[in-house]
Amino acid sequence: MNTLAERWELEPRPTVCVLEDYIGAQARWCPGCGDHSVLGAVQRLARDLQLPPERTVTVSGIGCSSRFPHYMKTYGFHGLHGRALPVACGIKSRRPDLNVFVVTGDGDCCAIGTAHWIHAIRYNMDLTILLLDNNIYGLTKMQTSPTTPIGQHSNTHPQGSQLPPLNPISVTLGIRNVSFVAQTVDWNPPHLYATIRAAYEHKGASFVRIFQRCPHFTSNIFAKAQEDPSRILMMTHPGGINLDPNMARAFPNRIEHDPSDLSAARALADREDVFTIGLFYRSAASFRYDHQTAQGLGATNDEKLAALRKALDRFLVS
Amino acid sequence: MKPSALEAQTTPERVPPGIVDQHIVEIVSDSGEGAQTCGQSFGAICARNGNGVWTVEIIPAEIEPPARSRAGASGSRIRIGSRPVTNAGDFADVVFAFNEQVLYSRIDSGALRPGTLVFLDSTWAENPIGEIRDMYSDAVADFRRRGYAVTEIPIERQCRKVTNEPRRGKNMWVLGMLCALYDLDLELVRSEVEKRFAKKGGAAVEKNRALLEDGWKWALENTAHRFHVPASPPDKPTVAMNGNQAIGLGIMASGMELCAMYPITPATSASHFLASAFPQVGGFVHQAEDEIAAIGFAIGASYAGRTAVTITSGPGLALKTEFIGFAVMAEVPLVIVVVQRGGPSTGLPTKIEQGDLLAALYASPGDSPKIILAPATIEECFHFMVTARKLAEEFRTPVIVLSDANLATGQQPFPKPEVSESWLASPIDQSDWDQETAPFAWDPETGLSTRPIPGRRHGQFVLTGLAHDEHSHVAYESGINQRAMEMRSRKLAVLAGSLLAPRLHGAGEGDLLVVGWGSTLGAIEEAVDRLRARAAKVSSLHLRFLSPLEPGLKRIFSRFRQVMTVEINYSDPIRPPYLTPETRRYSQLAQLLRAHTLVDIDCWSRVPGSPLPPGLIEQELSRRLDDIQREGTHNEHTR
Ligand SMILES: Cc1ncc(C[n+]2csc(CCOP(=O)(O)OP(=O)(O)O)c2C)c(N)n1
Ligand SMILES: [Mg+2]
Repeated sequence: MNTLAERWELEPRPTVCVLEDYIGAQARWCPGCGDHSVLGAVQRLARDLQLPPERTVTVSGIGCSSRFPHYMKTYGFHGLHGRALPVACGIKSRRPDLNVFVVTGDGDCCAIGTAHWIHAIRYNMDLTILLLDNNIYGLTKMQTSPTTPIGQHSNTHPQGSQLPPLNPISVTLGIRNVSFVAQTVDWNPPHLYATIRAAYEHKGASFVRIFQRCPHFTSNIFAKAQEDPSRILMMTHPGGINLDPNMARAFPNRIEHDPSDLSAARALADREDVFTIGLFYRSAASFRYDHQTAQGLGATNDEKLAALRKALDRFLVS
Repeated sequence: MKPSALEAQTTPERVPPGIVDQHIVEIVSDSGEGAQTCGQSFGAICARNGNGVWTVEIIPAEIEPPARSRAGASGSRIRIGSRPVTNAGDFADVVFAFNEQVLYSRIDSGALRPGTLVFLDSTWAENPIGEIRDMYSDAVADFRRRGYAVTEIPIERQCRKVTNEPRRGKNMWVLGMLCALYDLDLELVRSEVEKRFAKKGGAAVEKNRALLEDGWKWALENTAHRFHVPASPPDKPTVAMNGNQAIGLGIMASGMELCAMYPITPATSASHFLASAFPQVGGFVHQAEDEIAAIGFAIGASYAGRTAVTITSGPGLALKTEFIGFAVMAEVPLVIVVVQRGGPSTGLPTKIEQGDLLAALYASPGDSPKIILAPATIEECFHFMVTARKLAEEFRTPVIVLSDANLATGQQPFPKPEVSESWLASPIDQSDWDQETAPFAWDPETGLSTRPIPGRRHGQFVLTGLAHDEHSHVAYESGINQRAMEMRSRKLAVLAGSLLAPRLHGAGEGDLLVVGWGSTLGAIEEAVDRLRARAAKVSSLHLRFLSPLEPGLKRIFSRFRQVMTVEINYSDPIRPPYLTPETRRYSQLAQLLRAHTLVDIDCWSRVPGSPLPPGLIEQELSRRLDDIQREGTHNEHTR
């Protein structure tokens, strides 16, 4: 038998995919929700890179943001709350030929799914992980999330959240074997697009946290940053995420940051006075678990049967 | 110091071996002294000799228990017979104990009877510590008072002559002695030892052979006991293994390529085995961060076309329930092996129970029909894995395989499986998907449908745990959910329709029918056989499919005056005023069968943390039969 990969190469794609080829069901998010921009960016990216829709899988958990797969015309997996990452890793484990995007929310990733988040970063399988962080539980109607700022009112903390929020970037940068960490905002399409594209093109687990507006529950949080660009700090570097100079003008507040410098990345991530966007860290040298999980994929039936007989022979008593 | 046993005894006369058709041997030591290896080797030698064999491990409760402690008893029970042996039996005929404390542990477990031959290491009588010498001699006196036939043997003392690490040699010396005791061919024994130590090099083989031969010689020169269990050498290639190894090999034979797991006793050893053997057939074991991640990972791989397996025990099953429900809802083929242990909670982590049947059936929220199989023998542990993958794919559903700690650690010989290409999974279908076909194009009669697998052009759809229609679109209209539930449930009825009615052990009618499932098969049938030999009208039936249940049960039950289950899970006895037939809680299979057949099925179940011996079952059945005889009619108030 040919390996699967070989068989697919035999069939050249007959047609060019247009944007419509990636657009699934009509998105049901609220008007003004940042999720729309992320969806658009991913669809454009898929078109620009001509990702075969049948070989692209969008995996999510549960939440408003996790509705994402329904709105793509790729294969989709709308799973359980908090559990998108194990599923995505499982898909990738024996199907290295599939492009896998993971869409998760701040509750999905940073509360119920925390264990999987940490370990998926450590496994460093080739996934593009998009954390749509609106600082709130949207779907279940405005409960505090791990990233909700202190003082923010919610239905579970009507007096305002008291706990210091968890910083997803700092956490991710603290995980050994991390290979790609970036941050962006949903309301600047060029930066959003460039970030997701860099993440997709990186081989390994790419973690992108996207500040995502929720017009209903957290409109106050990102409004300041939207109105006052000086509250945003854009990291720049030849090896980072770069905008065309016209577009870059939207972010006058910049800092040069070398994405191979992990300590500098951690220091920048810890800053609480600004929304820092761009590429924090990238390493091509991190261990890839998917290289290990895919071992033995090409084994033929004859090889398997021979090995099986041998394995059974070890238990022979006569 | 007292004279050692060796000096005290004179060389006995050679006596011809006593012929027995079955015997039970136990070897117990401190953990780390290798009594388990000794037992396994002895079992393997007997199997090669053509005896029926059942080996179970005696497992200490702790990883590194203190030496010479009851909690630290570790070892094996080996039951050998002239015919196939299906269970660990009742009382030990012969026990080899490396110290008196571990023997106490076996006495506490009820493993011995008056008259059991005990071979006890007498080297303790020479111990420099007075307290130990006293403990030893007090115990020997106590054992004799209790009626055990104690023979003191200088195990460690003899080993010292051969090796300067006698603690690590005792097991091979005892193996030699055992083989002499059981009249086995020394060449057979030597070659088994060579096989076992070949990897460790010539010196190890030499040392162990020397120990073995010394034990052999010592037995011939110093003891009069000799047994012969007639054997008929197997005419077909025979393998011997434990249930977890059988599950591992069955997974390999099924063509599954991925096992995702999180360590938990007593399931872990299956993954240990796979971790070393799986790569040879191109498979991979993923050790996940927890049980939820393990099943999620397996579901991901299955969804992408490689049906996968996850292996766990009760607490892990509890964590996996949400994902099992998802796999039912989204119709993802998946195999879940549950090697049951004692529950609830951490329960009895190393001990057997059949307590997860209802959790497997019902633990997921909502209605989640799934297939549940229970192998009853080690051979079935192997073959059921092949069946499980095929059922999972054919019926597009999770399949739970319920094994237990008794099967997991028991060893039994069976014919070497003739592996077949037809057992392996077919390659992932990557042809174009017919755009006209919905991703859940349920056949209205059977509920069956074919799934698009990522990579198939025009097959794109979104798998979802939300209620959905055949296009996998979220159900916003009433009626869709009803129909989808019907379709998923229908598959089980269709499978039930394709199964045969279970076969009875014994006559097709009578006073009492015993129903069991899982690893109790051998013990129940042995109990039934003993009673039938005394003309009791009792039969038994053992279920392999628990969801859907095998067909024809109601008709079969109607031919018996009373039907009862025998299980290793909890049920209340009837003890008024509180425990009446109405308030009493039934064992798990009994609950299921009562609901399924509307027959007033009784139960007898126990949770001792060990397999039910056939003698105990026999006793209980015999009491029931007496009640039935006396009362002349079926009556619930049997106890
Ligand atoms: C096991 C489980 N617990 C709780 C829920 C309820 N639930 C659904 S989404 C959600 C939180 C969603 O918040 P987030 O992940 O931030 O996504 P958002 O809706 O904000 O995009 C919760 C608690 C659930 N579906 N499953
Ligand atoms: Mg959120």
